[in-house]
Amino acid sequence: MADAIDAGGLIKRFGAVTALDGLDLRVRTGEVHGFLGPNGAGKTTTIRVLLGLMRLDGGSARLLGGDPWADATALHRRLAYVPGDVTFWPNLTGGEVIDLLGRLRGGLDRKRRDDLIERFELDPRKKGRAYSKGNRQKVALVAALASDVELLILDEPTSGLDPLMEEVFREVILQEKRRGDRTVLLSSHILSEVEALCDRLTIIRAGRSVESGTLADLRHLTRTTIRAELAGPVNGLAGLAGVHDLTTEDGRVTFDVDADALDPALKSLVAAGVRSLVSQPPSLEELFLRHYTRDADSRESERAR
Amino acid sequence: MTGTLRLLRLVLRRDRFVLPFWVLGLGLLPYVYASGFDTLFATAQERVEYARISAANAGFVALYGPLHGDSIGELVVWRGGFVPVMVGLAALLTVIRHTRADEEAGRTELIRATVVGRFAPMAAALLATVAAGLVMGVIVTVTLIGHGMPTGGSVALGVVFAVSAWVFAGVGAVAAQLSGTARGARAIGVLILGATWVLRLAGDMSATGDGSLAWLSWLSPIGWVHRVFPFGADDWWPVVLTFVATLVTVVLSAYLLTRRDLGGGLLAGRPGPAGAAPSLRSPVALAWRLHRGLLFGWVAGFAALGLIFGAVASSVVALAEDSAGVGEMFARIGGSDGVLDGYFGTVAPICGVLSACYAVQAALRIRDEEQAGHAEAILSTDVSRIAWAAGHLLFVLAGPAAALLAEGLMTGLVHGDVVLMVEVALVQLPAVWVLAGLAMLLIGVVPRAAAGAWAGIAVVLLLMLAGPLLGFDQWVLDLSPFTHVPQLPGAGFTAVPLMNLTLIAAALGGAGLLALRRRDVPG
Repeated sequence: MADAIDAGGLIKRFGAVTALDGLDLRVRTGEVHGFLGPNGAGKTTTIRVLLGLMRLDGGSARLLGGDPWADATALHRRLAYVPGDVTFWPNLTGGEVIDLLGRLRGGLDRKRRDDLIERFELDPRKKGRAYSKGNRQKVALVAALASDVELLILDEPTSGLDPLMEEVFREVILQEKRRGDRTVLLSSHILSEVEALCDRLTIIRAGRSVESGTLADLRHLTRTTIRAELAGPVNGLAGLAGVHDLTTEDGRVTFDVDADALDPALKSLVAAGVRSLVSQPPSLEELFLRHYTRDADSRESERAR
Repeated sequence: MTGTLRLLRLVLRRDRFVLPFWVLGLGLLPYVYASGFDTLFATAQERVEYARISAANAGFVALYGPLHGDSIGELVVWRGGFVPVMVGLAALLTVIRHTRADEEAGRTELIRATVVGRFAPMAAALLATVAAGLVMGVIVTVTLIGHGMPTGGSVALGVVFAVSAWVFAGVGAVAAQLSGTARGARAIGVLILGATWVLRLAGDMSATGDGSLAWLSWLSPIGWVHRVFPFGADDWWPVVLTFVATLVTVVLSAYLLTRRDLGGGLLAGRPGPAGAAPSLRSPVALAWRLHRGLLFGWVAGFAALGLIFGAVASSVVALAEDSAGVGEMFARIGGSDGVLDGYFGTVAPICGVLSACYAVQAALRIRDEEQAGHAEAILSTDVSRIAWAAGHLLFVLAGPAAALLAEGLMTGLVHGDVVLMVEVALVQLPAVWVLAGLAMLLIGVVPRAAAGAWAGIAVVLLLMLAGPLLGFDQWVLDLSPFTHVPQLPGAGFTAVPLMNLTLIAAALGGAGLLALRRRDVPG
């Protein structure tokens, strides 16, 4: 099956500022794809390019097999979008907005709409400006989720939602995932959310993709933390390439190890006799922070120069 | 009030272009008029004659107010009689921009959470506007004295300009408290300003006839400032009325401010329908929801204008027929037909420009929708940019038509000759569309400068009110689309210029739409 989104080398400039600097993004049909990056990395700009709202200065993008700029309206019939910063018309109620957007998209499932309004505990009778940020977000979510579309593009959809509603959102997305025919592009800052929902993810920084793959793939690229209690002294561990931050204390060792050095490291532990072992895979936070701090470090060193 | 001065600096920083623009632009107008009148008349005799005819022209009195003398100073003041309305508009928009608009956008919340008093944001906005009015008044006075006009009159006219700004700054402050949105506050403010102008107009018109309703002028701040009569009577006491009105409105707005929550208006919102009506399913249907309030307001306002203009037209004819002395003068300018032709020739283009204000306001709604992020939600559905813009353009084009139709109908119903009156009103439409086309072009090509469409209105208004007086070359006057509109009912109807105007409007608007299709949204 073709990829739902296939974008390569995206370039977008705003005057002197380069917002997208050769960004790549591939989303397979039927998957939930996490889209991560620090503020200002270019997530929203990428999404606007994919929606045909902004024109590319370079690179190519395919969305559901079509050209997002030239075939915009035809493609929009097959997708639903939740903007990151949602505001609606002050004189329309939430219910009216949901119905209007659904109809403009080509129809919405009445039953599902009512069901979602109930699950998100939304009052559809309030007018635009009476809603808090979280409630505006719910209006946009219900409007998008109640449409029968192939692709959902969600730009930080849970910002402003309370934890209970975040949980409802997760349940709904997992249900979508089980159906198997919907693709979701989920831009988010909430790593636990991405960990819980996404099959694959792309991390971008300063308009460029820095990592892409399954969470397992990405973890593979980073170090595992090992803590072990040993029967005897361990030999050769310190000299092993790929072992970092080794500390030994009363027969207890703690170290970080690169994925490809895991096997020899464990062998030397076993040779010493293992009494207990804790292995901690890198969390998404660590993955994320590694890219963020690298960004900060490089900026720091540039300034130092 | 803590923090007022800091906020005042913020206001001045944010308005560093807009404020000098209107303070200078309007403040220099009297000087420009004075220079124009200097060269207009070869002899004093000519000037006196001009003043006599003008004072009796109902159209002129309707527009500019009463004229009681024939010195250059009095002619300048009289001819600039509409300027206090523009000063008032600028003042009330400035106050609303820095009070309710900030509050609606959530900026006031941020500011008020710092060490800033409850009244500080409004006090800063009022201080800035009052100071701007003062500077404008000084400009008026200094330039006129520099031009060799009498000092007393020059100071009086400067004061008139300043207090016009002050009174309507107060009106703006009250309007900002009443409505929960900046849009609503502006509507209330403009409505009050329009009402004061209409009261003044009705009272002054009545004074040229039997005078039974002349007292209406005394209900209007615009009427008060006209009654200072700089260079003539130099009456100072109407100025006292404006001080009182300013004080009352400012105190009232401060009181209202203490009676409401941050972000709230005085009118609480009610819950609406839980679902959309079946008809709310297209960009046009959405545009109707967004534009209908504005449309009803403008149509009602224009109907009221038509009512007044019709009544005035009837009284003009009566006056010409009753009074022998004036009648003789009227005969020289074409008898009662000539008087009416002159009257409608003055009033109809003004209606045209007013309806063009509506057209520009409605067109800029497209840009507002884009900036507010609403366009993004619509354009990510199965709606093309053209379809989205077209929904709004329907109201940009047909809205002014409905307003002008209402004005023409009412004039006709009161004065008679309905068909002709509707024709007089609607013939302005192609020129209105040209200004709407310009707005669309700016929205498409230079979205960030889209508000520049208002400059188009300002230029047209300047050419219309002051162009002939200042002796501009014909090609300059030709820049205004309204120059090309046949002056019904005096001149005959000619279709060619109207078709040309319509084509120009279509070309401007079409180019704007094409550009809109090709650019980023939001751009």
